Amino acid sequence: MENTPRPVAQPPAEFTKRRVTREGVLPWITTPILLGLLILVWESYIRLAGVSPLILPRPGAVASAWLEMLHDRRAWHHTWMTVYATLAGFAYASVIGVSLGVLIARLRWLELTLNPFIVATQVIPKVALVPLFVLWFGFGISSKVIVAAVLAFFPILTNTAMGVKSIDEGHRDVMVSLNATRWQVFRRLEFPSALPYMLTGLEIGIVLAIIGAVVGEYLGGNAGLGHLLIARLNAFETDQMFAVLIHMSLLGFLFYFAIGALRKILVPWHASARARV
Amino acid sequence: MADATHPAIQFRDVEKWYSTRDEPVHALAATDLAVAEAEFLVLLGPSGCGKTTIVRMIGGLIVPTSGEIAIEGQSLWRQGQRQAPALADLGMVFQEANLFPWLTIEENIALPLELKGTPKAARRDRARTLAKLVGIEGFEKRWPRELSGGMRQRAVIARALSYDPRILLMDEPFGALDAMTREAMNLEMQRIWLSTRKTIVLVTHSIAEAVFLGDRILLLSPRPGRVDLEVQVPFARPREPDLQSTPEFQAIVRRLRHRLNEIS
Repeated sequence: MENTPRPVAQPPAEFTKRRVTREGVLPWITTPILLGLLILVWESYIRLAGVSPLILPRPGAVASAWLEMLHDRRAWHHTWMTVYATLAGFAYASVIGVSLGVLIARLRWLELTLNPFIVATQVIPKVALVPLFVLWFGFGISSKVIVAAVLAFFPILTNTAMGVKSIDEGHRDVMVSLNATRWQVFRRLEFPSALPYMLTGLEIGIVLAIIGAVVGEYLGGNAGLGHLLIARLNAFETDQMFAVLIHMSLLGFLFYFAIGALRKILVPWHASARARV
Repeated sequence: MADATHPAIQFRDVEKWYSTRDEPVHALAATDLAVAEAEFLVLLGPSGCGKTTIVRMIGGLIVPTSGEIAIEGQSLWRQGQRQAPALADLGMVFQEANLFPWLTIEENIALPLELKGTPKAARRDRARTLAKLVGIEGFEKRWPRELSGGMRQRAVIARALSYDPRILLMDEPFGALDAMTREAMNLEMQRIWLSTRKTIVLVTHSIAEAVFLGDRILLLSPRPGRVDLEVQVPFARPREPDLQSTPEFQAIVRRLRHRLNEIS
């Protein structure tokens, strides 16, 4: 960082930084160990209990099925369909969730009017509505995009609204006394202040978007990882089904960490950007 | 522009009522007040005496119930609308150091200039000059959370000075600081005042701070808030910390404390 003429005030910040770095190394050691342990238990369970590979394939079989999958162009096509449905649904959910969140946080009457409906969209089990979406929007990609968007929308909305509502009154006073315009208040105060909350919403939202896309693929159509998983299951290719499952999980990790990286770039000042997830 | 004909701040019959759940609260009885150009005025009093209400009204954050407020001769409110030209002469320093945590110290100091559309290079130069003036040189690129409370408060003062307002309003700016930092900040304030000659209105509940810094002290009494006692402080500047142990200084402190005990 910067070199300062007065190192007296420095130690606390430096101290925190070093400690976080050291802590940050820990998961890189513990995760492989725990994962290895899990695989060991898995393998020995199959050997000792003599489980049929149709019920539970061996870790080695799953690994080779997954490597095979990586060389299969059709598998990549399915992956791309799921990625597309997830990201498109997530994009719709973000745009609508963030803008509606900002609006209901600022307009009390709008919040009171819309609240019953927003809560309704959440308490209705959305997975049960998926067949209806398929009926309305077809077996193609659009029904998956919509399921993903509907699932991801709510946490993005509520977190954004909470972020805009939690703006410090003292900060507002500063902007008022500086005679800031409405746009300046939004751009310089409300948006940056609510951003950490929004990112939390997006973090939850992206995970739900994947779930939405995959559930959509389970129930209709002939593309996507959800469809592939069901197809493998129906063919009793359990090892390949597990490979799809791993593939999906890795995709989820990738998206989730992408938002985490976004947090480090966008809100480096916030406590949440310093802690590792 | 200011000329000799009007004071820096003027209250004419300014009164404030707050509506609450139970019954209206009379925060400030009709008050006349004039703060001269380059005067250091201190508002002192127990809680609920309306001292914060007064500075927040001067700063345009609270609308008076009745009466008129003029800043450098310009009305602050006209038909319920805050008047921007009057606000341009005001800089506010609040009780908590409310820097924006997402801006560096330098960006925080220059925020008022950014809102006014000053170019980036000029903003940075100004921020550096001010950081030096308030004694936080070298911390320009840091986040507010990396600074101590005293240094954050210095940054807030620098922010209020950035656009060179003629009047500085300070609402218990050192209330959250420990006694030693507070004393250092008092000396710092005097130095800043001597080098900038701004009109300053300072709210405090520390009698020693009031007597050490003020040209004039208004002691306010509560329910409803009103000016109870006015004291001129005769000491020449710059005032040294040792002044506080002189009998003259102690006499003023004693007089204020006795009155404060009677009214609160």
